[in-house]
Amino acid sequence: MKYSFASLLRNAFSYHENWQSAWRSPEPKREYDAIIVGGGGHGLATAYYMAKEHGMRNIAVIEKGWLGGGNTGRNTTIIRSNYLRDNSAQIYEHALKLYEGLSQELNYNIMFSQRGVLNLAHNQHDLRELSRRVNAIRLNGVDSEFLNPQQTKAFCPILNVSPNSRYPVLGASLQRRGGTARHDAVAWGYARGANNLGVDIIQNCEVTGIRQSDGRVEGVETSRGFIGAKKVGVVVSGHASVLADMAGFRMPIESHPLQALVSEPIKPMHDTVVMSNAVHVYVSQSDKGELVIGAGIDGYCGYSQRGSFPIVEEQINALVELFPIVSRLRMMRQWGGTVDVCPDASPIIGKTPVKHLYFNCGWGTGGFKATPGSGWAFAHTIAQDEPHELNAPYTLERFNSGYLIDEHGAAAVAH
Amino acid sequence: MLLIECPYCGPRDETDFKCGGEAHITRPEKPADADDQSWGDYLFMRTNSMGTHYEMWCHSHGCRRWFNVCRDTLSNKIHAVYKMGEPPPRVDDPTRSRSQ
Ligand SMILES: Cc1cc2nc3c(=O)[nH]c(=O)nc-3n(C[C@H](O)[C@H](O)[C@H](O)COP(=O)(O)OP(=O)(O)OC[C@H]3O[C@@H](n4cnc5c(N)ncnc54)[C@H](O)[C@@H]3O)c2cc1C
Ligand SMILES: [Zn+2]
Repeated sequence: MKYSFASLLRNAFSYHENWQSAWRSPEPKREYDAIIVGGGGHGLATAYYMAKEHGMRNIAVIEKGWLGGGNTGRNTTIIRSNYLRDNSAQIYEHALKLYEGLSQELNYNIMFSQRGVLNLAHNQHDLRELSRRVNAIRLNGVDSEFLNPQQTKAFCPILNVSPNSRYPVLGASLQRRGGTARHDAVAWGYARGANNLGVDIIQNCEVTGIRQSDGRVEGVETSRGFIGAKKVGVVVSGHASVLADMAGFRMPIESHPLQALVSEPIKPMHDTVVMSNAVHVYVSQSDKGELVIGAGIDGYCGYSQRGSFPIVEEQINALVELFPIVSRLRMMRQWGGTVDVCPDASPIIGKTPVKHLYFNCGWGTGGFKATPGSGWAFAHTIAQDEPHELNAPYTLERFNSGYLIDEHGAAAVAH
Repeated sequence: MLLIECPYCGPRDETDFKCGGEAHITRPEKPADADDQSWGDYLFMRTNSMGTHYEMWCHSHGCRRWFNVCRDTLSNKIHAVYKMGEPPPRVDDPTRSRSQ
Protein backbone atom coordinates (compact mmCIF):
# COMPACT_ATOMS: atom_id res chain seq x y z
CA MET A 1 0.00 0.00 0.00
CA LYS A 2 1.25 3.47 -0.85
CA TYR A 3 1.33 5.86 2.09
CA SER A 4 -0.37 9.13 1.20
CA PHE A 5 -2.79 11.70 2.55
CA ALA A 6 -5.63 9.70 0.97
CA SER A 7 -4.59 6.46 2.69
CA LEU A 8 -4.28 8.32 6.00
CA LEU A 9 -7.78 9.70 5.57
CA ARG A 10 -9.21 6.34 4.53
CA ASN A 11 -7.70 4.64 7.55
CA ALA A 12 -8.93 7.36 9.87
CA PHE A 13 -12.49 6.21 9.09
CA SER A 14 -11.67 2.74 10.42
CA TYR A 15 -9.95 4.15 13.52
CA HIS A 16 -6.51 3.18 12.12
CA GLU A 17 -7.21 -0.47 12.86
CA ASN A 18 -6.73 -1.74 9.32
CA TRP A 19 -3.19 -0.68 8.47
CA GLN A 20 -1.33 -3.59 6.92
CA SER A 21 2.00 -4.61 8.38
CA ALA A 22 4.84 -3.00 6.44
CA TRP A 23 6.59 -6.28 5.64
CA ARG A 24 5.81 -10.02 5.66
CA SER A 25 7.34 -12.48 8.14
CA PRO A 26 7.87 -15.52 5.91
CA GLU A 27 9.30 -18.91 6.80
CA PRO A 28 12.87 -19.19 5.46
CA LYS A 29 13.15 -21.01 2.11
CA ARG A 30 15.63 -23.86 1.69
CA GLU A 31 17.85 -21.83 -0.58
CA TYR A 32 18.35 -18.26 -1.75
CA ASP A 33 20.45 -16.62 -4.45
CA ALA A 34 21.82 -14.37 -1.75
CA ILE A 35 21.55 -14.02 2.02
CA ILE A 36 22.31 -10.84 3.90
CA VAL A 37 23.26 -11.47 7.53
CA GLY A 38 22.26 -8.55 9.77
CA GLY A 39 19.01 -6.59 9.66
CA GLY A 40 20.39 -3.19 10.52
CA GLY A 41 20.11 -0.21 8.19
CA HIS A 42 23.12 -1.29 6.12
CA GLY A 43 21.88 -4.86 5.63
CA LEU A 44 18.36 -3.76 4.71
CA ALA A 45 19.64 -1.07 2.35
CA THR A 46 21.89 -3.66 0.70
CA ALA A 47 18.95 -6.01 0.10
CA TYR A 48 16.82 -3.13 -1.21
CA TYR A 49 19.41 -1.98 -3.78
CA MET A 50 20.22 -5.58 -4.80
CA ALA A 51 16.56 -6.01 -5.67
CA LYS A 52 16.00 -2.58 -7.15
CA GLU A 53 19.24 -1.84 -8.97
CA HIS A 54 20.40 -5.35 -9.82
CA GLY A 55 17.11 -7.18 -10.36
CA MET A 56 17.78 -9.89 -7.79
CA ARG A 57 14.58 -11.17 -6.21
CA ASN A 58 15.45 -14.39 -4.37
CA ILE A 59 17.11 -12.73 -1.38
CA ALA A 60 16.73 -13.02 2.41
CA VAL A 61 17.84 -10.75 5.22
CA ILE A 62 18.54 -12.74 8.39
CA GLU A 63 18.50 -10.91 11.71
CA LYS A 64 19.14 -12.48 15.11
CA GLY A 65 16.96 -10.01 17.01
CA TRP A 66 14.64 -7.35 15.62
CA LEU A 67 15.18 -4.99 12.69
CA GLY A 68 17.35 -2.04 13.64
CA GLY A 69 17.91 -3.40 17.18
CA GLY A 70 21.68 -3.10 16.79
CA ASN A 71 23.54 0.16 16.31
CA THR A 72 21.00 1.43 13.80
CA GLY A 73 18.43 1.93 16.56
CA ARG A 74 20.99 3.09 19.13
CA ASN A 75 22.86 5.87 17.39
CA THR A 76 22.62 9.65 17.71
CA THR A 77 21.59 9.95 14.02
CA ILE A 78 24.07 12.60 12.92
CA ILE A 79 24.43 12.76 9.13
CA ARG A 80 27.19 14.66 7.35
CA SER A 81 29.65 14.05 4.52
CA ASN A 82 32.48 16.44 5.44
CA TYR A 83 35.27 13.88 5.56
CA LEU A 84 38.90 14.66 4.79
CA ARG A 85 40.04 11.91 2.40
CA ASP A 86 38.95 11.75 -1.24
CA ASN A 87 37.73 8.16 -0.92
CA SER A 88 35.68 9.04 2.16
CA ALA A 89 34.23 12.17 0.57
CA GLN A 90 32.94 10.09 -2.34
CA ILE A 91 31.13 7.39 -0.41
CA TYR A 92 29.75 9.63 2.37
CA GLU A 93 28.63 12.27 -0.13
CA HIS A 94 26.91 9.61 -2.24
CA ALA A 95 25.09 8.52 0.93
CA LEU A 96 24.06 12.09 1.75
CA LYS A 97 22.70 12.60 -1.76
CA LEU A 98 20.65 9.41 -1.48
CA TYR A 99 19.36 10.59 1.93
CA GLU A 100 18.17 13.82 0.31
CA GLY A 101 15.68 11.88 -1.82
CA LEU A 102 15.08 8.88 0.41
CA SER A 103 11.68 9.72 1.95
CA GLN A 104 10.27 10.16 -1.58
CA GLU A 105 12.01 7.12 -3.00
CA LEU A 106 10.87 4.80 -0.21
CA ASN A 107 7.47 6.46 0.27
CA TYR A 108 8.39 6.46 3.94
CA ASN A 109 9.08 9.51 6.06
CA ILE A 110 12.60 9.13 7.43
CA MET A 111 12.34 12.63 8.96
CA PHE A 112 15.57 13.77 7.35
CA SER A 113 16.26 17.25 8.66
CA GLN A 114 19.14 19.22 7.13
CA ARG A 115 19.62 21.49 10.11
CA GLY A 116 23.38 21.86 9.70
CA VAL A 117 26.24 20.25 11.61
CA LEU A 118 28.84 22.31 13.49
CA ASN A 119 32.26 20.91 14.42
CA LEU A 120 33.99 23.00 17.08
CA ALA A 121 37.66 23.93 17.41
CA HIS A 122 38.89 24.52 20.98
CA ASN A 123 42.58 25.22 20.49
CA GLN A 124 45.05 26.41 17.85
CA HIS A 125 45.74 22.92 16.61
CA ASP A 126 42.02 22.15 16.20
CA LEU A 127 41.65 25.43 14.38
CA ARG A 128 44.36 24.71 11.82
CA GLU A 129 43.16 21.17 11.31
CA LEU A 130 39.60 22.41 10.87
CA SER A 131 40.59 25.04 8.29
CA ARG A 132 42.58 22.47 6.36
CA ARG A 133 39.59 20.15 6.37
CA VAL A 134 37.16 22.85 5.27
CA ASN A 135 39.37 23.54 2.26
CA ALA A 136 40.01 19.88 1.41
CA ILE A 137 36.29 19.14 1.64
CA ARG A 138 35.39 22.03 -0.66
CA LEU A 139 37.93 20.82 -3.21
CA ASN A 140 35.96 17.57 -3.27
CA GLY A 141 32.79 19.48 -4.14
CA VAL A 142 31.20 18.98 -0.71
CA ASP A 143 29.69 22.02 1.05
CA SER A 144 31.69 23.24 4.00
CA GLU A 145 32.15 26.62 5.65
CA PHE A 146 34.35 28.10 8.30
CA LEU A 147 32.70 30.17 11.05
CA ASN A 148 34.50 32.46 13.50
CA PRO A 149 33.34 32.47 17.16
CA GLN A 150 30.79 35.28 16.61
CA GLN A 151 29.33 33.55 13.57
CA THR A 152 29.24 30.27 15.49
CA LYS A 153 27.39 31.97 18.36
CA ALA A 154 24.91 33.50 15.91
CA PHE A 155 24.27 30.08 14.36
CA CYS A 156 23.92 28.34 17.73
CA PRO A 157 22.98 30.92 20.39
CA ILE A 158 22.99 28.53 23.38
CA LEU A 159 26.68 27.79 22.88
CA ASN A 160 29.12 29.19 25.44
CA VAL A 161 31.80 31.03 23.44
CA SER A 162 33.30 32.90 26.38
CA PRO A 163 37.11 33.04 26.17
CA ASN A 164 37.18 32.03 29.85
CA SER A 165 35.44 28.77 29.20
CA ARG A 166 37.29 25.53 29.88
CA TYR A 167 36.73 24.65 26.21
CA PRO A 168 36.88 28.03 24.45
CA VAL A 169 35.30 28.01 20.98
CA LEU A 170 37.87 29.41 18.56
CA GLY A 171 35.86 28.60 15.47
CA ALA A 172 33.77 25.93 13.83
CA SER A 173 33.17 24.22 10.54
CA LEU A 174 29.61 24.06 9.27
CA GLN A 175 28.05 21.69 6.79
CA ARG A 176 24.61 23.12 6.12
CA ARG A 177 23.40 20.03 4.27
CA GLY A 178 24.19 17.85 7.29
CA GLY A 179 21.63 17.07 9.97
CA THR A 180 19.70 14.17 11.46
CA ALA A 181 17.14 11.54 10.45
CA ARG A 182 14.94 9.11 12.34
CA HIS A 183 17.10 5.98 12.68
CA ASP A 184 14.29 3.40 13.05
CA ALA A 185 12.52 4.87 10.05
CA VAL A 186 15.59 4.37 7.88
CA ALA A 187 15.64 0.66 8.79
CA TRP A 188 11.86 0.28 8.47
CA GLY A 189 11.67 2.23 5.21
CA TYR A 190 14.33 0.05 3.58
CA ALA A 191 12.71 -3.09 5.03
CA ARG A 192 9.34 -2.15 3.56
CA GLY A 193 10.93 -1.23 0.23
CA ALA A 194 12.88 -4.50 0.07
CA ASN A 195 9.83 -6.52 1.09
CA ASN A 196 7.79 -4.96 -1.72
CA LEU A 197 10.46 -6.12 -4.17
CA GLY A 198 10.16 -9.70 -2.90
CA VAL A 199 12.95 -9.83 -0.31
CA ASP A 200 12.27 -12.22 2.62
CA ILE A 201 12.95 -10.58 5.99
CA ILE A 202 13.56 -13.17 8.69
CA GLN A 203 13.85 -11.91 12.26
CA ASN A 204 14.73 -13.81 15.45
CA CYS A 205 17.05 -16.07 13.49
CA GLU A 206 20.70 -16.12 14.54
CA VAL A 207 23.47 -17.17 12.20
CA THR A 208 25.70 -19.63 14.06
CA GLY A 209 27.96 -20.87 11.28
CA ILE A 210 28.99 -20.25 7.69
CA ARG A 211 29.05 -23.44 5.63
CA GLN A 212 31.61 -23.66 2.86
CA SER A 213 33.25 -26.25 0.67
CA ASP A 214 36.32 -25.87 -1.55
CA GLY A 215 36.74 -22.32 -0.31
CA ARG A 216 33.33 -21.20 -1.53
CA VAL A 217 30.28 -20.38 0.54
CA GLU A 218 27.27 -22.74 0.55
CA GLY A 219 24.95 -21.15 3.07
CA VAL A 220 24.50 -20.35 6.74
CA GLU A 221 23.75 -22.43 9.81
CA THR A 222 21.12 -20.68 11.88
CA SER A 223 19.08 -21.14 15.03
CA ARG A 224 16.29 -22.22 12.63
CA GLY A 225 18.40 -24.71 10.67
CA PHE A 226 20.61 -24.59 7.61
CA ILE A 227 19.72 -22.12 4.84
CA GLY A 228 21.50 -22.50 1.53
CA ALA A 229 22.79 -19.52 -0.45
CA LYS A 230 24.87 -18.92 -3.56
CA LYS A 231 26.18 -15.71 -2.05
CA VAL A 232 26.35 -14.39 1.53
CA GLY A 233 26.87 -10.77 2.57
CA VAL A 234 27.66 -10.16 6.24
CA VAL A 235 26.75 -6.73 7.72
CA VAL A 236 26.72 -7.20 11.49
CA SER A 237 28.71 -4.16 12.74
CA GLY A 238 30.12 -4.95 16.23
CA HIS A 239 29.86 -8.71 15.64
CA ALA A 240 31.98 -8.74 12.45
CA SER A 241 34.90 -10.52 14.14
CA VAL A 242 32.56 -13.19 15.50
CA LEU A 243 31.19 -13.93 12.03
CA ALA A 244 34.68 -13.79 10.47
CA ASP A 245 35.78 -16.34 13.06
CA MET A 246 32.93 -18.63 11.94
CA ALA A 247 34.21 -18.33 8.38
CA GLY A 248 37.83 -18.95 9.41
CA PHE A 249 39.63 -15.64 8.95
CA ARG A 250 40.58 -12.64 11.08
CA MET A 251 39.53 -9.01 10.99
CA PRO A 252 41.49 -5.87 11.93
CA ILE A 253 38.58 -4.81 14.09
CA GLU A 254 38.05 -4.18 17.78
CA SER A 255 34.54 -3.92 19.20
CA HIS A 256 33.99 -1.18 21.78
CA PRO A 257 31.00 0.00 23.79
CA LEU A 258 29.71 3.38 22.65
CA GLN A 259 26.96 5.13 24.55
CA ALA A 260 24.45 7.92 24.28
CA LEU A 261 21.81 9.51 26.48
CA VAL A 262 18.70 11.61 26.11
CA SER A 263 17.31 14.28 28.42
CA GLU A 264 13.74 14.91 29.44
CA PRO A 265 11.82 16.66 26.64
CA ILE A 266 11.92 20.45 26.64
CA LYS A 267 10.75 23.24 24.36
CA PRO A 268 12.70 23.80 21.12
CA MET A 269 16.01 25.46 22.03
CA HIS A 270 18.61 23.85 19.77
CA ASP A 271 17.90 23.73 16.04
CA THR A 272 21.23 22.42 14.75
CA VAL A 273 23.78 19.72 15.59
CA VAL A 274 26.94 20.52 17.55
CA MET A 275 29.88 18.13 17.61
CA SER A 276 33.04 18.51 19.57
CA ASN A 277 35.49 15.74 18.81
CA ALA A 278 38.07 17.01 21.25
CA VAL A 279 35.80 16.73 24.28
CA HIS A 280 33.56 13.94 22.96
CA VAL A 281 30.12 15.39 23.10
CA TYR A 282 27.57 15.57 20.28
CA VAL A 283 24.24 17.27 20.75
CA SER A 284 21.01 17.69 18.82
CA GLN A 285 17.38 18.09 19.87
CA SER A 286 14.83 15.55 18.72
CA ASP A 287 11.38 16.44 17.42
CA LYS A 288 9.98 15.23 20.74
CA GLY A 289 12.15 17.81 22.48
CA GLU A 290 14.75 15.58 24.11
CA LEU A 291 18.39 16.52 23.83
CA VAL A 292 20.21 13.60 22.19
CA ILE A 293 23.75 13.44 23.52
CA GLY A 294 26.48 11.16 22.24
CA ALA A 295 29.68 10.23 24.05
CA GLY A 296 33.05 8.68 23.27
CA ILE A 297 33.87 4.97 23.21
CA ASP A 298 35.10 3.00 26.19
CA GLY A 299 38.87 2.53 26.03
CA TYR A 300 38.67 -1.30 26.03
CA CYS A 301 36.92 -3.98 23.99
CA GLY A 302 33.41 -4.98 24.94
CA TYR A 303 30.22 -6.53 23.62
CA SER A 304 28.16 -5.63 26.70
CA GLN A 305 26.02 -2.98 24.92
CA ARG A 306 26.47 -0.71 27.92
CA GLY A 307 29.05 1.98 28.44
CA SER A 308 30.99 2.82 31.57
CA PHE A 309 30.16 5.62 33.99
CA PRO A 310 33.44 7.58 33.79
CA ILE A 311 32.58 8.21 30.12
CA VAL A 312 29.17 9.62 31.10
CA GLU A 313 30.84 11.90 33.58
CA GLU A 314 33.26 13.26 30.95
CA GLN A 315 30.45 13.71 28.48
CA ILE A 316 28.26 15.60 30.94
CA ASN A 317 31.19 17.77 32.08
CA ALA A 318 31.76 18.84 28.50
CA LEU A 319 28.05 19.30 27.90
CA VAL A 320 27.43 21.76 30.73
CA GLU A 321 30.61 23.65 29.94
CA LEU A 322 29.57 24.13 26.31
CA PHE A 323 25.87 24.66 27.06
CA PRO A 324 25.51 26.14 30.57
CA ILE A 325 21.77 26.52 29.92
CA VAL A 326 21.24 22.75 30.32
CA SER A 327 22.98 22.39 33.68
CA ARG A 328 19.77 21.59 35.54
CA LEU A 329 18.28 19.37 32.87
CA ARG A 330 17.54 15.80 33.93
CA MET A 331 18.65 12.85 31.84
CA MET A 332 16.00 10.32 31.02
CA ARG A 333 17.64 7.30 29.38
CA GLN A 334 21.13 6.01 28.71
CA TRP A 335 22.16 3.07 26.54
CA GLY A 336 25.06 1.58 24.66
CA GLY A 337 25.88 -0.18 21.41
CA THR A 338 28.81 -2.27 20.25
CA VAL A 339 30.80 -0.49 17.56
CA ASP A 340 33.31 -2.08 15.16
CA VAL A 341 36.39 0.12 15.20
CA CYS A 342 38.90 -0.23 12.36
CA PRO A 343 42.55 0.89 12.76
CA ASP A 344 42.16 3.63 10.11
CA ALA A 345 38.58 4.56 11.12
CA SER A 346 37.34 3.61 7.66
CA PRO A 347 35.10 0.67 6.74
CA ILE A 348 35.87 -2.64 5.04
CA ILE A 349 33.45 -3.33 2.17
CA GLY A 350 34.25 -6.14 -0.20
CA LYS A 351 35.37 -9.67 -0.85
CA THR A 352 36.90 -12.06 1.68
CA PRO A 353 39.20 -15.08 1.45
CA VAL A 354 36.03 -17.23 1.00
CA LYS A 355 34.52 -17.11 -2.48
CA HIS A 356 31.09 -15.45 -2.68
CA LEU A 357 31.28 -14.40 0.96
CA TYR A 358 31.36 -10.61 1.35
CA PHE A 359 31.81 -8.43 4.44
CA ASN A 360 30.71 -4.86 5.14
CA CYS A 361 31.94 -3.68 8.53
CA GLY A 362 34.27 -1.35 10.40
CA TRP A 363 31.95 1.68 10.28
CA GLY A 364 32.64 2.09 13.96
CA THR A 365 31.18 5.17 15.59
CA GLY A 366 29.93 6.80 12.40
CA GLY A 367 28.13 4.51 9.98
CA PHE A 368 24.54 5.68 10.27
CA LYS A 369 25.20 8.60 7.94
CA ALA A 370 26.61 6.18 5.38
CA THR A 371 23.68 3.74 5.39
CA PRO A 372 22.32 4.41 1.85
CA GLY A 373 25.78 4.70 0.24
CA SER A 374 27.05 1.62 2.01
CA GLY A 375 24.01 -0.43 0.94
CA TRP A 376 24.33 0.89 -2.61
CA ALA A 377 28.00 -0.07 -2.94
CA PHE A 378 27.67 -3.40 -1.11
CA ALA A 379 24.68 -4.42 -3.27
CA HIS A 380 26.81 -3.83 -6.36
CA THR A 381 29.71 -5.78 -4.86
CA ILE A 382 27.55 -8.83 -4.13
CA ALA A 383 25.43 -8.76 -7.28
CA GLN A 384 28.37 -8.24 -9.68
CA ASP A 385 30.98 -10.09 -7.61
CA GLU A 386 33.05 -6.95 -8.12
CA PRO A 387 33.32 -3.80 -5.99
CA HIS A 388 31.65 -0.57 -7.07
CA GLU A 389 34.12 2.26 -7.71
CA LEU A 390 32.87 3.87 -4.48
CA ASN A 391 34.05 0.97 -2.32
CA ALA A 392 36.93 -0.39 -4.40
CA PRO A 393 39.57 1.13 -2.04
CA TYR A 394 37.85 -0.28 1.07
CA THR A 395 39.36 -3.76 0.88
CA LEU A 396 40.48 -6.08 3.64
CA GLU A 397 43.85 -6.38 1.84
CA ARG A 398 44.68 -2.74 2.53
CA PHE A 399 45.89 -3.79 5.97
CA ASN A 400 48.62 -5.79 4.27
CA SER A 401 49.36 -3.43 1.39
CA GLY A 402 49.40 -0.33 3.61
CA TYR A 403 46.81 1.58 1.54
CA LEU A 404 45.05 2.84 4.65
CA ILE A 405 42.31 5.47 4.47
CA ASP A 406 43.22 7.32 7.59
CA GLU A 407 40.27 9.22 9.00
CA HIS A 408 41.39 8.90 12.62
CA GLY A 409 43.71 11.86 12.63
CA ALA A 410 41.17 13.93 10.79
CA ALA A 411 38.07 13.19 12.74
CA ALA A 412 39.24 11.81 16.11
CA VAL A 413 35.97 10.05 16.84
CA ALA A 414 33.49 10.52 14.04
CA HIS A 415 29.74 10.25 14.46
CA MET B 1 33.14 1.16 36.61
CA LEU B 2 35.56 -1.77 36.56
CA LEU B 3 37.48 -2.56 39.71
CA ILE B 4 40.90 -3.75 38.54
CA GLU B 5 43.41 -5.40 40.82
CA CYS B 6 46.87 -4.07 39.98
CA PRO B 7 49.31 -6.89 40.83
CA TYR B 8 51.59 -4.28 42.41
CA CYS B 9 49.20 -1.84 44.13
CA GLY B 10 45.95 -3.71 44.72
CA PRO B 11 42.38 -2.90 43.61
CA ARG B 12 41.79 0.49 41.93
CA ASP B 13 39.05 2.12 39.83
CA GLU B 14 39.19 1.69 36.06
CA THR B 15 39.97 5.41 35.67
CA ASP B 16 43.42 4.75 37.19
CA PHE B 17 44.33 2.56 34.21
CA LYS B 18 44.75 2.58 30.47
CA CYS B 19 43.94 -0.47 28.37
CA GLY B 20 46.65 -1.44 25.89
CA GLY B 21 44.60 -3.90 23.84
CA GLU B 22 45.07 -7.57 23.09
CA ALA B 23 47.87 -9.38 24.94
CA HIS B 24 50.29 -12.06 23.74
CA ILE B 25 50.77 -10.65 20.23
CA THR B 26 54.36 -11.30 19.21
CA ARG B 27 56.37 -9.16 16.85
CA PRO B 28 57.78 -11.03 13.82
CA GLU B 29 61.03 -12.60 14.97
CA LYS B 30 63.10 -11.55 11.99
CA PRO B 31 61.58 -8.23 11.01
CA ALA B 32 63.68 -7.95 7.86
CA ASP B 33 62.31 -11.27 6.55
CA ALA B 34 58.66 -10.67 7.43
CA ASP B 35 56.36 -10.22 4.42
CA ASP B 36 53.39 -7.85 4.09
CA GLN B 37 51.01 -10.54 5.26
CA SER B 38 52.82 -11.11 8.56
CA TRP B 39 53.26 -7.37 9.16
CA GLY B 40 49.54 -6.86 8.50
CA ASP B 41 48.66 -9.68 10.89
CA TYR B 42 50.96 -8.35 13.58
CA LEU B 43 49.95 -4.71 13.32
CA PHE B 44 46.24 -4.90 12.59
CA MET B 45 44.57 -8.31 12.93
CA ARG B 46 42.90 -8.85 16.29
CA THR B 47 41.12 -11.73 18.00
CA ASN B 48 38.43 -9.39 19.35
CA SER B 49 36.77 -12.21 21.32
CA MET B 50 33.18 -12.07 22.42
CA GLY B 51 33.67 -13.69 25.83
CA THR B 52 37.02 -14.58 27.35
CA HIS B 53 39.61 -12.00 26.30
CA TYR B 54 43.28 -11.55 27.23
CA GLU B 55 44.46 -7.94 27.27
CA MET B 56 47.19 -5.62 28.55
CA TRP B 57 46.58 -2.82 31.04
CA CYS B 58 48.85 -0.13 32.40
CA HIS B 59 48.41 1.39 35.85
CA SER B 60 49.09 4.79 34.31
CA HIS B 61 47.93 6.91 37.26
CA GLY B 62 49.62 4.65 39.81
CA CYS B 63 52.78 2.56 39.63
CA ARG B 64 52.83 2.93 35.82
CA ARG B 65 53.57 -0.76 35.31
CA TRP B 66 52.06 -3.01 32.65
CA PHE B 67 50.30 -6.31 33.39
CA ASN B 68 47.73 -8.64 31.81
CA VAL B 69 44.03 -9.10 32.52
CA CYS B 70 41.71 -11.91 31.48
CA ARG B 71 38.23 -10.43 31.20
CA ASP B 72 34.88 -11.48 29.76
CA THR B 73 33.92 -8.89 27.15
CA LEU B 74 30.20 -9.63 27.46
CA SER B 75 29.77 -9.56 31.24
CA ASN B 76 32.92 -7.54 32.09
CA LYS B 77 33.78 -10.11 34.75
CA ILE B 78 37.53 -10.16 35.41
CA HIS B 79 38.68 -13.79 35.61
CA ALA B 80 42.34 -13.21 36.38
CA VAL B 81 45.11 -10.64 36.60
CA TYR B 82 48.67 -11.81 35.90
CA LYS B 83 52.09 -10.32 35.36
CA MET B 84 53.83 -9.69 32.05
CA GLY B 85 55.68 -12.80 30.92
CA GLU B 86 53.39 -15.19 32.79
CA PRO B 87 51.40 -17.67 30.71
CA PRO B 88 47.69 -16.82 30.15
CA PRO B 89 45.49 -18.66 32.65
CA ARG B 90 42.95 -21.04 31.14
CA VAL B 91 39.37 -20.14 31.82
CA ASP B 92 36.75 -22.86 31.99
CA ASP B 93 34.06 -21.20 29.94
CA PRO B 94 33.88 -23.28 26.76
CA THR B 95 30.70 -21.66 25.44
CA ARG B 96 32.33 -18.28 25.29
CA SER B 97 36.01 -18.76 24.75
CA ARG B 98 37.25 -18.06 21.24
CA SER B 99 40.74 -16.82 21.83
CA GLN B 100 43.96 -18.63 22.80
C1 LIG C 1 25.65 5.33 20.79
C2 LIG C 1 25.97 5.37 19.31
C3 LIG C 1 25.95 6.58 18.64
C4 LIG C 1 26.23 6.65 17.28
N1 LIG C 1 26.09 7.85 16.65
C5 LIG C 1 26.21 7.91 15.30
C6 LIG C 1 25.93 9.14 14.62
O1 LIG C 1 25.54 10.16 15.22
N2 LIG C 1 26.08 9.18 13.26
C7 LIG C 1 26.50 8.07 12.55
O2 LIG C 1 26.64 8.18 11.34
N3 LIG C 1 26.74 6.88 13.18
C8 LIG C 1 26.60 6.78 14.53
N4 LIG C 1 26.83 5.57 15.17
C9 LIG C 1 27.29 4.40 14.39
C10 LIG C 1 26.14 3.72 13.65
O3 LIG C 1 25.09 3.45 14.55
C11 LIG C 1 26.58 2.42 13.00
O4 LIG C 1 27.79 2.59 12.29
C12 LIG C 1 25.53 1.92 12.00
O5 LIG C 1 24.24 2.05 12.52
C13 LIG C 1 25.81 0.48 11.66
O6 LIG C 1 24.71 -0.04 10.95
P1 LIG C 1 24.65 -1.57 10.58
O7 LIG C 1 23.39 -1.80 9.86
O8 LIG C 1 25.92 -1.94 9.91
O9 LIG C 1 24.72 -2.30 12.00
P2 LIG C 1 23.57 -2.68 13.06
O10 LIG C 1 22.44 -1.73 13.05
O11 LIG C 1 24.27 -2.94 14.35
O12 LIG C 1 23.02 -4.02 12.45
C14 LIG C 1 23.72 -5.25 12.54
C15 LIG C 1 22.70 -6.32 12.84
O13 LIG C 1 23.31 -7.61 12.77
C16 LIG C 1 22.68 -8.43 13.69
N5 LIG C 1 23.51 -9.61 13.98
C17 LIG C 1 24.67 -9.65 14.69
N6 LIG C 1 25.12 -10.91 14.77
C18 LIG C 1 24.23 -11.69 14.08
C19 LIG C 1 24.14 -13.09 13.79
N7 LIG C 1 25.07 -13.95 14.26
N8 LIG C 1 23.08 -13.53 13.06
C20 LIG C 1 22.14 -12.66 12.60
N9 LIG C 1 22.18 -11.35 12.84
C21 LIG C 1 23.20 -10.86 13.57
C22 LIG C 1 22.46 -7.54 14.89
O14 LIG C 1 21.42 -8.01 15.73
C23 LIG C 1 22.11 -6.19 14.25
O15 LIG C 1 20.75 -5.95 14.16
C24 LIG C 1 26.58 5.47 16.55
C25 LIG C 1 26.61 4.24 17.22
C26 LIG C 1 26.30 4.17 18.59
C27 LIG C 1 26.32 2.84 19.28
ZN1 LIG D 1 49.91 -0.32 40.19
